[in-house]
Amino acid sequence: MTLTDVYLQQLINGLSLGAMYALLALGFTLVYGILELINFAHFNVFMVGSFVALGALNLFGVTPNAPPLAGLALGAVLLGTLAVTMVASGLLGVAIERIALKPLRNVRGPAAMITTIGVSYILFNVVLLGLGADSKNFPSPLPALALPIGGAVLRLREVLIWIVSLVLMAALTWFVQFTRMGKAMRATAQDPEAARMMGIEVDRVIILAFFLGSALAGAGGLMFGLYYNFTSYIIGFTAGLRAFTAAVLGGIGNVPGAMLGGIIIGLIEAMGGQLVSASWADVIIFSILVLVLVFRPAGLLGRVAPNKS
Amino acid sequence: MQRELGLLLEFRGVNTHYGDLHVLKDVSYEIGRGEIVALLGGNACGKSTTMKTIMGVVRPTSGSVIFEGQPIERLRTAERVKRGIAPVLEARRLFPRMTVLENLELGAYTRKRGPELAEDLERVYELFPRMKERRGQIAGTLSGGEQQMVAIGRALMARPRLICMDEPSMGLSPLLVEQVFDIIQQINRQGTTIFMVEQNAAMALSIAHRAYVLQTGQVVLSGEAAKLRENPAIREAYLGELQVSAAA
Repeated sequence: MTLTDVYLQQLINGLSLGAMYALLALGFTLVYGILELINFAHFNVFMVGSFVALGALNLFGVTPNAPPLAGLALGAVLLGTLAVTMVASGLLGVAIERIALKPLRNVRGPAAMITTIGVSYILFNVVLLGLGADSKNFPSPLPALALPIGGAVLRLREVLIWIVSLVLMAALTWFVQFTRMGKAMRATAQDPEAARMMGIEVDRVIILAFFLGSALAGAGGLMFGLYYNFTSYIIGFTAGLRAFTAAVLGGIGNVPGAMLGGIIIGLIEAMGGQLVSASWADVIIFSILVLVLVFRPAGLLGRVAPNKS
Repeated sequence: MQRELGLLLEFRGVNTHYGDLHVLKDVSYEIGRGEIVALLGGNACGKSTTMKTIMGVVRPTSGSVIFEGQPIERLRTAERVKRGIAPVLEARRLFPRMTVLENLELGAYTRKRGPELAEDLERVYELFPRMKERRGQIAGTLSGGEQQMVAIGRALMARPRLICMDEPSMGLSPLLVEQVFDIIQQINRQGTTIFMVEQNAAMALSIAHRAYVLQTGQVVLSGEAAKLRENPAIREAYLGELQVSAAA
């Protein structure tokens, strides 16, 4: 493997990680855009999502010893798993909002944000107590197809992660840009009171933001499992913090910003890890977070620093 | 003469509070179908609270708000919009990062989609030809006058029976204020009732049929606009405002 091959490989890895962080970052940004709330429960909605995906795969007969699938069967299992995971995660996000956050809607200050941290710990501990502390093997239905590019390897799983992320991000962009509910979401993000006076049910917009964001986090959880071949109760914090950094880097509240930020963070993790050492990846990522907050608090694609209260 | 058509909106003994602050004090208004009614008064007298109470953003602590003969004070804002009340908000309040067309579409948010919407859009473009040229422009980049046109167009897209305008002249040059008031009259002649809050008493009284004067949350004067124009108390209050703004 030449040095070029190594960087090519890291580019492939970085884009895959980036696609996953982008999906996760979108959830932070959607909720922040509407409520100006940083939803730390999102970390562990992602984690629960990866367990839901694991359960769904088992249900569809995909186990560590089962032979890989191909053709229609593979497509059906992947789509089925994705759908189950996204719907279940989306509903979890909505339940969190209804039960824990709605009662605090008119409370000023950090109460709602602190609550999301609490909910995050509840999810974390429920999974820990219910399923144990050991990492779970995440079976993959994918055949071991790989395309050598020089010394680097492009595997089917990476291609799949890219395609699924691209399709989901394109669908979200279309939804937000062109549908009636999407326009209601943007209007609510820009001026909630005026939106309400247009007859928009702001409460429904909030539910929708939690559903979509959490569903994307669930999809991210499935990607995580397929990429790393394991899942564990602990995966939410590292991935969640990186994705949060991605959202801030792109400009929190900004949908294209979250996608761009995710890709950048993924590439930094892979390339930075290669250039310095893997254990330095988080140091680099969070140094960037600090620098962005100091010098460009609105993020790369953000407009102005948010200061509504 | 308009009142012969019956009442469209009524406030009956409405009180509102913000915490301990008593804002509207036993206020009653009667807005007849087809009228332009102005609500005059200085700062912090309860004008904007009146608008918010009509739209359901503020709930009265007692009294009732009647629209087309039915109490609406417990209804949600969306339901009020559906029944035919549309706002033109203070300082326009367009969605700044959305296009002119998207802003207009959001005005019709509670309505069913269909050919009627396209017709109404054409009607708004007829009223404001420049909006048609600028339909793809981001609303936040329009001038104040253009934004006011979009705000009025957005209210019309709801096909309202009543438009509530909060300070339509605010921040506009005298020439633009005249244009805006011309358009308000034009809309009114086409059958839409207008209830407007206005600091610019002279302009408001020149197009309104009737007016109410609000002072620290109470109606202190009301009557036909032509008569109020001659009222010494109004003239004094109007001059008083000039002094306030000169001092500011």
